[in-house]
Amino acid sequence: MGGFFQVAWAVAARQVYKYFTNPAFLAPALFPLFFFVAFAGGLTSVGDVPGFEYAAGYIAFQYVWALLQAVSMGGAFTGFSIAGDFENGFARRLMLAASNRYGIILGYTMASLVRATMTGTLVTVIALLTGMPISGGFDFFGLIALAVLANIAATLFGAGVAMLLRTQQAGPVIRTPIFLVLFLAPVFVPLSLLTGWIEAVARLNPFTHILQAARGFLAGDPTSVASAFTISAILILVLALWAVYGLRRAEKAG
Amino acid sequence: MGQERGIEVENLVREFRKGPRAVDGIDLRVEPGEVYGFLGPNGAGKSTTVLMLTTLLPPTSGTATVAGYDIVKEGPQVRASIGAALQEAALDPFLTGREHLHLQAALHGLSRKERRRRGQELLERVGLEEAADRRVRGYSGGMKRRLDLALALVHSPRILFLDEPTTGLDPQSRSALWAEVSRLAREDGVTVFLTTQYLEEADVLADRVGIIDRGKIVAEDTPEVLKAEIGRPSVEATPAERSERDAVVRVLSEFGEEIPAQPGAVAVRLSGGAAGLADVVRALDKENVRVANLRLDEPSLDDVFLAKTGRSLEGAGDDDEMDEAQA
Amino acid sequence: MTGSSFLTQVLALARRSTVRTMRQPAVIISALFFPMMFFSINASGLDAASKIPGFPTDSYLDFAFAFPLIQASLFGAITAGSDLARDIESGFFDRLSLTPMRPVSLLGGMLAGVVALGLLQGVVFLTIGLLMGVDISSGLGGMFVIVLLTVLVALGFGGIGAILAIRTGSVEAVESAFPLFFVAIFLSSINLPRDLIEQDWFRFIATINPISYLVEGIRSLVITGWDPQALALGFGFAGAIVIVAIGGAAASLRTRVA
Repeated sequence: MGGFFQVAWAVAARQVYKYFTNPAFLAPALFPLFFFVAFAGGLTSVGDVPGFEYAAGYIAFQYVWALLQAVSMGGAFTGFSIAGDFENGFARRLMLAASNRYGIILGYTMASLVRATMTGTLVTVIALLTGMPISGGFDFFGLIALAVLANIAATLFGAGVAMLLRTQQAGPVIRTPIFLVLFLAPVFVPLSLLTGWIEAVARLNPFTHILQAARGFLAGDPTSVASAFTISAILILVLALWAVYGLRRAEKAG
Repeated sequence: MGQERGIEVENLVREFRKGPRAVDGIDLRVEPGEVYGFLGPNGAGKSTTVLMLTTLLPPTSGTATVAGYDIVKEGPQVRASIGAALQEAALDPFLTGREHLHLQAALHGLSRKERRRRGQELLERVGLEEAADRRVRGYSGGMKRRLDLALALVHSPRILFLDEPTTGLDPQSRSALWAEVSRLAREDGVTVFLTTQYLEEADVLADRVGIIDRGKIVAEDTPEVLKAEIGRPSVEATPAERSERDAVVRVLSEFGEEIPAQPGAVAVRLSGGAAGLADVVRALDKENVRVANLRLDEPSLDDVFLAKTGRSLEGAGDDDEMDEAQA
Repeated sequence: MTGSSFLTQVLALARRSTVRTMRQPAVIISALFFPMMFFSINASGLDAASKIPGFPTDSYLDFAFAFPLIQASLFGAITAGSDLARDIESGFFDRLSLTPMRPVSLLGGMLAGVVALGLLQGVVFLTIGLLMGVDISSGLGGMFVIVLLTVLVALGFGGIGAILAIRTGSVEAVESAFPLFFVAIFLSSINLPRDLIEQDWFRFIATINPISYLVEGIRSLVITGWDPQALALGFGFAGAIVIVAIGGAAASLRTRVA
């Protein structure tokens, strides 16, 4: 098993090095931050809608979504990095040299977590600066745990797509589902206030449960905890298989 | 409208904000109906000169007239008299070849009927009738250059500027383009100002060649005169047996002084010119000296460049850091 | 042969702009699909907002209908701007400059293309909106005015896109402006009426942002009917943007060409 971790470590180290030498690595945080500012800034009166009960306030409500967005997009966008590595030939060399190729997937996932930590911190700092209150009972670890799981799931998804397509065409194929998953959820109001088709879609969206549980942790009012963690675990399992599938196809292509 | 005028350039200079002068005071004159080859390595200033003469870039100082019109003060008249196929085959990938020609023709003021006729005529001339209605995105490099040339000819200009027209083309496309340029000059009497980094191109196509290096013209004349200035042809013989080497040296030395040769071979400069080769053969035969290989070398324009600048033309561009980027 | 008239030139170039846009189905579909998709997600996700005390209408769908129109205009403008930048970058602009074409005709052709796309988007979105259940209070006449205002907005954004293209001559620079415009759209009254924005700094930005008035102009035709003040502000700002942007673009052209 030594080869597995060695490879993972090497891949992760290189990827992290790339992050720090290219300031654009924080880019996945930009969109979520923008939306956060736009929504938490412009839409706070939505919190006045009858039936909107969130103890921590509208800014915190939006913050959780922004945080999960940032770590998910960052994770998925690792796929762009991987696709780039295929295009410039690095991936092929990597696969030839690696004693255990599954370690490659782990490596990218580890690097992605490092980036998620940075972008997540950035989003949190900005949210605090805009006056987000920290209420008592705030479950820090629960929130972080969910963010980590979301990041891992997203990374595995992006990695799978990238290894399957092996070109920059992977870009739109990664972006669009992530966008849909993030937006077809209770973004502006809690699930209970959604009506019509979007309510039905949001209910089916696994991300919704993760989002709700994360918001619950922040407000000190845990909800859907069990389902959120179960869903996360299942997602990670399925997407890990997806990533492995992508890896196998990449291997076959040589 | 009076007699036709060619290109006259006096002390033309172009400076860019940073770095040395791209064009450092050049004088030249191209007679109507002539094919003038502007030869030099990458970064020598060829394209910058063309951009100025086609009014796309203003000179820093100096004057030039094209077809009798001043490039700075009479821009529109210059543009009406010239056609240009520049380095980037600047085409719209979403339009077809025919649509490009129609657009160009429309902008030149041709009526709808004339556009169609002229478009068809030019497509046939450059051999693109079959691909005419396909989008340019699917064209090969050679096809794009041909379309480029056709577009330059839409309004039947008297002066044609070609900036490195065959760079990156396969030999077949190159020959085809050369044939068309020769025809334009010979049959239609079009004045052609051609820039190139290929010796062969200048040698074959140009009536006169101007060699440019680092923004200055270092030599200018017909290819034959330029080469003759440098030296006479040389002959190189490889003896059939090592033992015959001295005999070969003896025979060849009658025809000129010895010069460095490939390992095992003997070379002399022919004082009598290339015709002397026949005499060399006869002499070797008479002395019963057998040779495995006999070769005639003529000085090339590269030798001319080497003599004038101390550097070889091929690969010279890589040494220069001069940036030909537009302002 | 003599040169061509300004009108001939603009027509030839407008035709080219339109043809090349139509030949990129991906662009057309994105231009029509994405704004509509965002609209339906936004509108249904924020439907509860209509319950905020003081909300001007009880259908958030009606309220938000201006959003896809504005967003689509922006998208069309950036696309046209990057096409123009590409022409400059690739040297196609130089090629055209060697003809008697006046550079301003190229601008005219590009803007004609923007108008054509804006018209298409306006009509398509209006149709889809009506099918989705949007209720246009100003009736049939109002629909024409909506399309008119949308086209005017597209023209204004197009002018801004043209300035960027001419000044930078770089496709990348023009396209990187897209997020900035996107942000500008959000920092307006696009999601909520200005008087219901609680955060002072946000409300302030929304008040000084001309896009708010463009949005409110279109919106008034949908939820209010005929509101002279909103329409005056909407058309006024749209017109001002058009004049400043196109004037700026024409002036920038003059400095670019010898």
